[in-house]
Amino acid sequence: MKPARGTGGPPVLLIILGISGLAVFALPLAGLLARTPWAKLGSLLTGDVVTDALGLSLLTSLAATAIAAIIGVPLAWLLARVDFPGRTIARGLVTLPLVLPPVVGGAALLFAFGRRGLFGQPLNEATGLLLPFSVWGVILANTFVAAPFLVITVEGALRNLDQRYEGAAATLGASRWTLLRRVTLPMIGPSLVAGLVLTWARALGEFGATITFAGNLQGRTQTLPLAVFVALESDRDAAIALSLVMVAVSLTVLVALRERWWKGF
Amino acid sequence: MAASRMVVVALCALTLAACTPSVNGELLVSAASSLTDAFADVETAFEAANPEVDVVMNFGSSSSLREQIIEGAPVDVFASANTSNMDQVVEAGEVDGGEIFVTNLLQIAVPVGNPAGIVGLEDFANEELLIGFCAEAVPCGDFGRQALENAGVTPAIDTNEPDVRALLTKIEAGELDAGITYVTDVLSSDGAVEGVEIPGEFNVVAEYPIAALVNAPNPDAAGAFVEFVLSDEGQSILASYGFSSP
Repeated sequence: MKPARGTGGPPVLLIILGISGLAVFALPLAGLLARTPWAKLGSLLTGDVVTDALGLSLLTSLAATAIAAIIGVPLAWLLARVDFPGRTIARGLVTLPLVLPPVVGGAALLFAFGRRGLFGQPLNEATGLLLPFSVWGVILANTFVAAPFLVITVEGALRNLDQRYEGAAATLGASRWTLLRRVTLPMIGPSLVAGLVLTWARALGEFGATITFAGNLQGRTQTLPLAVFVALESDRDAAIALSLVMVAVSLTVLVALRERWWKGF
Repeated sequence: MAASRMVVVALCALTLAACTPSVNGELLVSAASSLTDAFADVETAFEAANPEVDVVMNFGSSSSLREQIIEGAPVDVFASANTSNMDQVVEAGEVDGGEIFVTNLLQIAVPVGNPAGIVGLEDFANEELLIGFCAEAVPCGDFGRQALENAGVTPAIDTNEPDVRALLTKIEAGELDAGITYVTDVLSSDGAVEGVEIPGEFNVVAEYPIAALVNAPNPDAAGAFVEFVLSDEGQSILASYGFSSP
């Protein structure tokens, strides 16, 4: 977009600050690429640490996104549409994981769902199920940290939605289910997709809550970020290769969804 | 100036204190996490002897501290929980050579009351139990694996924690049935975890080297700190946390 006529282009200070902003995001990536051992990248990427971590990361981040959709959309609807006592508190609770350090979230999960946890102990005694140090623990940690992105995005969309459309559909005899499926969801579609992508991306990058709650074991709980963290201290080249995998996976999904996502706004 | 310096030197000689009045400013010490409690005391004592110095402690796994130093962190002193991490820092030209200042032994740490009934290293092969370790690159993880190898046990590991403190936290919480930590960790936990002995023939002696960095931003204070750790006063503080003199 061209600046308004007569302003003589954007102010120099703005350009300098803007480019500095861009540098904050671009330079670390340049550092990563500069250190990449391109010659042996192939053998590094096919190592079992990388393939185990990649498979586990995709599985757990997608599972967390699916759970976020199943419980997050109804929660967003309740928060946006139902005026219940304590709604402000509920909204605060949902927002909390966004600002809480993930390691605190992981510790809280451990105290709640650990073997000796408030709910974990009865759960373990009744079913034998143990969440920490299992793939379920990773999925729970991912969901706790990432699902708020979906809830907040969808709730915002529902609140901004002009309810007269739904009113009109209801007058024309649409059932509540049809209404939700044919009117409400399509209208908030772009926000829903954006929320899902944000949730998935956050889950894919999750580190603090995962290592605190689910531990770190290759093939079971060691996701890509954990593998990078461990490899940084033992095998730098492998850590860089793993980091590149994360960059590549993230970029692929963002580019693939760009059309649907960005145009939605 | 020269006269006042002489007076100070004379005063120091008179009081016999380990005082080096020329040292001041901030001193960044990167120390292995198994030194967390002991070095907090060393810091207090060193600052009491050198009131012009503000010691800042940076605790972490020796391997992560090593990486920070090699990547150019402005560290003055490095105290590692094993010699291999120090050797790599020497290789990188950041340190001329470390001096062993304490040794430590391994011990099995279990939650209070030892609910899983751990009796020795052989229990680490039990798939039913939740077994924690330090990650392989971390000294306690390396030593722990050596001890199991000495005992001929293949462990059924459930998690590789980033450092010994993280491992202890999970044992304390009862989330893990057992893990291999240092004797000093069990001692300084004040009863939050219990120890199960590892027989001498399987145990591994961990040697802790310390060194001032070649490019230390505060070389005088760095030298004084290393000297203090090696002094009788420093050694007696470390001994009170269960460390042995080399």
